[in-house]
Amino acid sequence: MATDVKSEMTGTVWQIEVAEGDEVAAGDELIILESMKMEIPIEAPVSGTLIEFLVEEEDPVDEDQIVARIEE
Amino acid sequence: MYDRVLIANRGEIAVRVARTCERLGIETVAVYSDADEGAPHTKVADEAYRIGPAPVVESYLDIPSILDVAEEADVQAIHPGYGLLSENAEFVDEVEQAGFDFVGPRPEVMTLMSDKSDARAFARDAGVPVVPGTDGPVEDIEAAIEFAEEVEYPVLVKAAAGGGGIGMRKATDEESLRKAYKACRRRGESAFGDSTVYMEKYIESPRHIEVQILADHHGSVLHIFERECSVQRRHQKVIEETPSPMMQQIGGLRNEMTDAAVALAEAANYSNAGTVEFVVDEEGNFYFIEMNTRLQVEHTVTEMITGLDIVEQQLRVAHGEPFDFRQEDIKMRGHSIQCRVYAENPQKRFMPAPGNIEGYEEPTGEGIRVDSGAEAGYEVTRYYDPLVAKVISHADHRPEAIDRMVDALENYTIEGLTTNIDMHLEVLASDAFQSGAVHTSWLEEQY
Repeated sequence: MATDVKSEMTGTVWQIEVAEGDEVAAGDELIILESMKMEIPIEAPVSGTLIEFLVEEEDPVDEDQIVARIEE
Repeated sequence: MYDRVLIANRGEIAVRVARTCERLGIETVAVYSDADEGAPHTKVADEAYRIGPAPVVESYLDIPSILDVAEEADVQAIHPGYGLLSENAEFVDEVEQAGFDFVGPRPEVMTLMSDKSDARAFARDAGVPVVPGTDGPVEDIEAAIEFAEEVEYPVLVKAAAGGGGIGMRKATDEESLRKAYKACRRRGESAFGDSTVYMEKYIESPRHIEVQILADHHGSVLHIFERECSVQRRHQKVIEETPSPMMQQIGGLRNEMTDAAVALAEAANYSNAGTVEFVVDEEGNFYFIEMNTRLQVEHTVTEMITGLDIVEQQLRVAHGEPFDFRQEDIKMRGHSIQCRVYAENPQKRFMPAPGNIEGYEEPTGEGIRVDSGAEAGYEVTRYYDPLVAKVISHADHRPEAIDRMVDALENYTIEGLTTNIDMHLEVLASDAFQSGAVHTSWLEEQY
């Protein structure tokens, strides 16, 4: 079953830290947003395989936007 | 008083400075780039001189060109407006060496205030509160935790060499601090080759409140109350007002803040107009951020509630005159709000939206002032700040000042250009703004 990874904040994707297909553990940093002059990490909510990213670097993201999916 | 002054700026502020000069019987000399040929700021001046092509480095920042005009036009003083060369100490030196007066503070105080860490240390030594910080490298994670516990979470971890948000992280507890500390060290090392990190207390939902200072060369340092500028996007102010709604919520805050600002200006031997900026937390704890050693974009609201003309006072101070009023003579009357009308698109993350103004009519009405450098046929180019105009309202009370602003903005015709006027109307109608509860991240959270 796939779990959606959501952004808690409005910001801009600064860097994507892992690749599609990577195994990730809950708490791992997947994406670093730049928002309000800070780095805001988006962490994996669950452990599993990162099946897809729905954003690219430099994309703007909104609060609650789904940015990636993890297959548990 | 001076007979002839050069205004080393463009747009609305060049027009605004020229208006005061005209009222005082001072002739004005404008400068313009190729992109600004025939612009309103060149027409309100008595004379206008071309200084170069559109890019600012070749025109409005080109010191030799500006000084050549000052020489040729035979002016006595140069008013820098805001932005551009207004806080450039080297410019002040060159202006004075060429034999002209600079309408602004001394270059030494500009240099001091332009360095963030010097200014912070200076403020702290002057007894002005600053955001608690480590003021030096954090040795290890134990030291980081100790600092965080001392100032209380949340804290901000910053790579010393970082900038623009890169290498800066907020931590709300020990676990997130461990991660943030590691991440910032790693980021500092990989991005800047320096893993040194600093820390400071993170101020939650801060308000931006600043104090206007006026000081002459005869030992008189006055404040002209505060302005609140918490409606911001990308760290740029969009709506400013005075008095700050927070002053009614927290008794004694105005006195504490204005005392601190005056103390700083006195310690720095400040002269002319300047602004001491603070962040204020929800409990009314305030912390110095920086001092702007120039006229502010939002000086207008202060003028509306006091009747003082700050540009006139700048010119008088530069000319060596003492103030003919004292602190207790400055009275606050009513409430004033300023909305900055930008050529930008709030729906596209406030990206600048250059364009040509086809139809243009400014609003008028009781308690309404519009400072602009635009007209029909005027082009907002990508070369300069996309500020089109500032609409300022004044009334006895805040709700009326808001109503007057809404009327004015609804009656402001700017055809052919995407502006943020609708965004202003939404902000003015919001519960958060109307109740005076907006903090500096609020606007970006809404859009």
